[in-house]
Amino acid sequence: MSSFTEVLVVGEHERGTLVDATLEALTFARSLSDEIAVLVCGDFDLADRLAQFGATTVHIADHELLNGDFGPEAWGETLAQLIQTEEPEMVLACGTSRGNEVMAQAAARLDLPFVANCIELSEAGTEITRVQWGGSLLEQTALTADIKMISVSHHAVEPTEADAGQPEQRSFKPDLAEDLARTVVQGREIAEAGVSLATAAVVVGGGRGVGSPEAFAPLEELASLLGGRVGCSRAVTNNGWRPHSDQVGQTGTRIAPEIYIATGISGAIQHWVGASAAKQILAINTDPDANMVVKADYAVIGDLHEVVPAIVDEIRSRQAD
Amino acid sequence: MTAEQTSRIDASELRVLVCIKRVPAPGARINLTDDGQRIDTAHLGFAMSPHEECAVEAAIQLTQEAGGEATVLTVGPEEAEEQLRYAVSLGIHKAVLVKTDGEAVNPQRTARAIGAAVAALEAADGPFHLILFGNESADSGGFQVGIRVAVGLGRPIVTAIKGIDLELEAPAITAKREIDGGLEIYKLPTPAVLGVKEGLNLPRYPTMKGRLASKKAEITQFQPGESEPDGLDGQTSLGLIQPPQKASNVVRLGEGPAAAPAVVDLLDELGVL
Ligand SMILES: Cc1cc2nc3c(=O)[nH]c(=O)nc-3n(C[C@H](O)[C@H](O)[C@H](O)COP(=O)(O)OP(=O)(O)OC[C@H]3O[C@@H](n4cnc5c(N)ncnc54)[C@H](O)[C@@H]3O)c2cc1C
Ligand SMILES: Nc1ncnc2c1ncn2[C@@H]1O[C@H](COP(=O)(O)O)[C@@H](O)[C@H]1O
Repeated sequence: MSSFTEVLVVGEHERGTLVDATLEALTFARSLSDEIAVLVCGDFDLADRLAQFGATTVHIADHELLNGDFGPEAWGETLAQLIQTEEPEMVLACGTSRGNEVMAQAAARLDLPFVANCIELSEAGTEITRVQWGGSLLEQTALTADIKMISVSHHAVEPTEADAGQPEQRSFKPDLAEDLARTVVQGREIAEAGVSLATAAVVVGGGRGVGSPEAFAPLEELASLLGGRVGCSRAVTNNGWRPHSDQVGQTGTRIAPEIYIATGISGAIQHWVGASAAKQILAINTDPDANMVVKADYAVIGDLHEVVPAIVDEIRSRQAD
Repeated sequence: MTAEQTSRIDASELRVLVCIKRVPAPGARINLTDDGQRIDTAHLGFAMSPHEECAVEAAIQLTQEAGGEATVLTVGPEEAEEQLRYAVSLGIHKAVLVKTDGEAVNPQRTARAIGAAVAALEAADGPFHLILFGNESADSGGFQVGIRVAVGLGRPIVTAIKGIDLELEAPAITAKREIDGGLEIYKLPTPAVLGVKEGLNLPRYPTMKGRLASKKAEITQFQPGESEPDGLDGQTSLGLIQPPQKASNVVRLGEGPAAAPAVVDLLDELGVL
């Protein structure tokens, strides 16, 4: 069970509010060790919440550069210094944008390898399975460095509680050069509210088969009847028909709706990885052998320009009854 | 360490570098070689990562607006010239190939090779005010090469960037990063390094004239690794495996518009109506 004497976890937080992804990292860490230390960058009190998920030690890194907003260099240098003093066998973060960034910063500073987006560790902790191609392929890698730095693929672990009692709290004063302030967050722009693609209960997707920006109108109508959002493939964004914020896939958004209605989309692997978390997939395509059709739960073979309006009409006529 | 630039950048002297990686472009499925050591590329085309396409587009836009020169660089086999020429066909001025024997190169080695090439290019023609990377490579997705290069050069880097604004007067770069529900704003001194994401811009397609010109473009070559340490950097790839695939058991709801009632029945059943 405990392959490592101690695991150091990066406590990701947003100006003192713990990010839930950290709980995934803590849950994963518990499968590797009984001693779980957490680094909190900045003088923030997160000990209770961290202990609930198994933290036994909390290192609070106290420095004016850390007490406000996030800064990848300041956080990365702090992590590197803590690793140098504590020499943990394993350092772990959740593979979020920030998690991977801070780990890479620290690994670069220490010239250690860093293995991103892992999903499984061998018994001895030296063989690792990680995701490639955004999750369409797995790689096995041997990590023999004395200090092993990895991130856990986001959403690969279901966080579970395991109260560790009162954690030991230690203050840590990193020595940070003033110029690291150059990458601290300077401000924010808040996006307009609305149903986000990532959390929509219904997504109506359109691909190259839709043919033009105007031809998305029936898809919009269907999405709004179902309280959902329109999504699209990269062929569509590349043509400038829809903004990139609508793109589903490896380099777009991961969706997880109750149902994904994919129309005129062939189902390339890079699109599929963004859609596979949908509970049900209905493909509408003229090609019965398209990957999207073969892999879907339900399919209608036909021209989307006829099928989608027919579905809209059917919903409207039932609603009128 | 490169000293921070405090005086204005002369537009004609603006220098931007983009680092790209040649990767296979698989379709519906990724096939592996029998020994599981690599992707079977026998029937595949190649591309750069979509993130890097946006980095290339950004470099072209910046140098078209402000003047100056954009360079593209890759660490890869001879064949990676194809991706370099593609970038040139779009409007990149210079191309650099750091040639490997075709074996996959780990992130630490890749970063060292890029760092060494940057040092040589800068010694010859002056510093790059901005170096652009993709946020992650499309195939291995290590999330680190750009960061390792920036740390090695002592330059600031921020990743996951979806907006870039370059100020030449008192040189500074405003970079926007997507977060839950909005954008974070960073302000970096130059020279700087950024990891960018698709969505930053809409990459252009090459013109016929660009394609023709790129065929003749000169490609500067470097050999990496003269001073490479022998060790394996503490990490070795063992091979690739397919994630478990579920068998097809698709339910056909019908053909054409006649299937509409069955679709609406399904939506009703799922409770999304
Ligand atoms: C590294 C990398 C990352 C990528 N990331 C993404 C990503 O995030 N998201 C993404 O989507 N792609 C991504 N791609 C691109 C991906 O490989 C495909 O090129 C893209 O998904 C294809 O889009 P499409 O299905 O709309 O187009 P096509 O593959 O051209 O398919 C069009 C489909 O429409 C059907 N069709 C045509 N007319 C009709 C009609 N009238 N009615 C019904 N059906 C019709 C056809 O039968 C066909 O199945 C990525 C590629 C790479 C290399
Ligand atoms: N072989 C390479 N040659 C040039 N640039 C690379 C190479 N590998 C990775 N990069 C760059 O580094 C970024 C991050 O790669 P990675 O760390 O593999 O996710 C990529 O998007 C590229 O911009």
